[in-house]
Amino acid sequence: MAATKPIPTLRGEEKVYFEEAKNGRLVYQLCRDCAQRIFYPRTVCTNCMSENLEYVASAGKGTIYSFTTLHVPGHPEFADDVPYTVVLVDLEEGVRVLADLVDCDPDDVKVGMSVEVLFEAVTEDFTVPRFRPSAQ
Amino acid sequence: MSIRDTVAIVGAAESDVWESQGRSPIGLMAQAIKRALDDAGLRKDDVDGLFTASSYYHMPALNLSEYLKIFPRYVDSTTIGGCSFVSHIQHAAAAIQAGLCEVAVIAYGSTQRSDRGKLVSMAEWLPYEEPYGLQHPISSFGMIAHRHMAEYGTTSEQLAEIAVSARQWAMKNPKAPYPRPLTVEDVVSSRMVSSPLHKFDCCLVTDGGGAMVITSVDRAKDLNSKPIYVLGAGEAANHRNILGMDDLTTTEAVSSSQRAYAMAGVGPADFDTVHVYDAFTISALIQLEDLGFCKKGEGGSFVENGRIAPGGELPVNTNGGGLSYCHPGMLSMFLLLEAVAQLRDEAGERQIPDAQLSLVHGMGGALAGHATAVLSNRRG
Repeated sequence: MAATKPIPTLRGEEKVYFEEAKNGRLVYQLCRDCAQRIFYPRTVCTNCMSENLEYVASAGKGTIYSFTTLHVPGHPEFADDVPYTVVLVDLEEGVRVLADLVDCDPDDVKVGMSVEVLFEAVTEDFTVPRFRPSAQ
Repeated sequence: MSIRDTVAIVGAAESDVWESQGRSPIGLMAQAIKRALDDAGLRKDDVDGLFTASSYYHMPALNLSEYLKIFPRYVDSTTIGGCSFVSHIQHAAAAIQAGLCEVAVIAYGSTQRSDRGKLVSMAEWLPYEEPYGLQHPISSFGMIAHRHMAEYGTTSEQLAEIAVSARQWAMKNPKAPYPRPLTVEDVVSSRMVSSPLHKFDCCLVTDGGGAMVITSVDRAKDLNSKPIYVLGAGEAANHRNILGMDDLTTTEAVSSSQRAYAMAGVGPADFDTVHVYDAFTISALIQLEDLGFCKKGEGGSFVENGRIAPGGELPVNTNGGGLSYCHPGMLSMFLLLEAVAQLRDEAGERQIPDAQLSLVHGMGGALAGHATAVLSNRRG
């Protein structure tokens, strides 16, 4: 059995993001001053440097911008998972997130493929967003 | 004011490479520094500027000062990944021109092979990436390669051509570890690590260190070594983590190289040798595009038919590069040292006849930091 998977030490905005994930929400930020959409969450807007930012939940749908399938585990804790695929997903709201792809044969993964988010509890306290091919 | 043609590399040396025979990373730095100072005809006490970067030491300039009992009046351990030493050239030139130091040493040492062949890194994970099991840094380059393939039709066989060419150069380097040819078939049938990158799309993991001595062009006149002049330099950066790289196929190498070309008054067609950061086949391909040797998206066809191999029209990584000679974690020191060897006419069987102008480009992280240098054996 694989050891515990890595759980990041969370600080500041990072805590908010993963707390929202635990509630089943994939969030990004919207700048109330310039309407910039921001991922990952920050203290100031990447465009105008305003601190007037709000968290917004994504619909969780997007397309694969790129991907890689690991045939050698990135960490010993992933030894039982190979091959597994990590994806960069462009969400419909215009921000990009990184996660893994499940419920998909590695040979079928393609750039541009439609995917949707799901959430998985790694531990009681820590939940991560993941993606799977869209239902349609 | 410009740093153009104000300083020269007057000493250059590699430490022992491949396996370190019981030496520490800083021991390899020290060995290379002694050799580089001997090459320049200078002594340790002449050094008043110290430049280094490391994956082993959190404050490496302080480690080096203590280890060698060198007491600099100018210290710089800028760390922007593997290209740090190219950036140190520009910083040293600025410091020397400003009178803040006169004899600068740039040094690196690593025992990545002796450390069981595992990449040694002090890199912190981005919390939004850490839970997913990426292998640093190859998984980032896998995503970069897949995107390049999707946008431009680049193939694994084209990427393999880069590794095949590197091996052909390495076979002319008596210090390279694998004195036998590599084929496209060997590369694409080697073990898949992080798709679409195979084992032979990846650099070697070796021990190794190197050092350079830099001083003003005036001081260089008093020394016996053949000076290599810095005609242009440029830096750029735009992200740290792969999630922050908005466009996976075009990099800030465009900006850093344009800055260096403008300073030197040269362009891609002028170079006799080219030295790019081949941690992976795809990293070299994208740099060749962004440095202006071919159009964006045409790197795959550009490297076909031996164009960058011995006898081809563009000599790239003539020592075999990170793919087939030496890659001790931060490669750019070795790119610089090979350019110096070519410009000094000291490259043996792989010498490009009458090489006068060389381009060195380094990247740091996954195509995140960039530093370019234009070097010549003639004044600008």
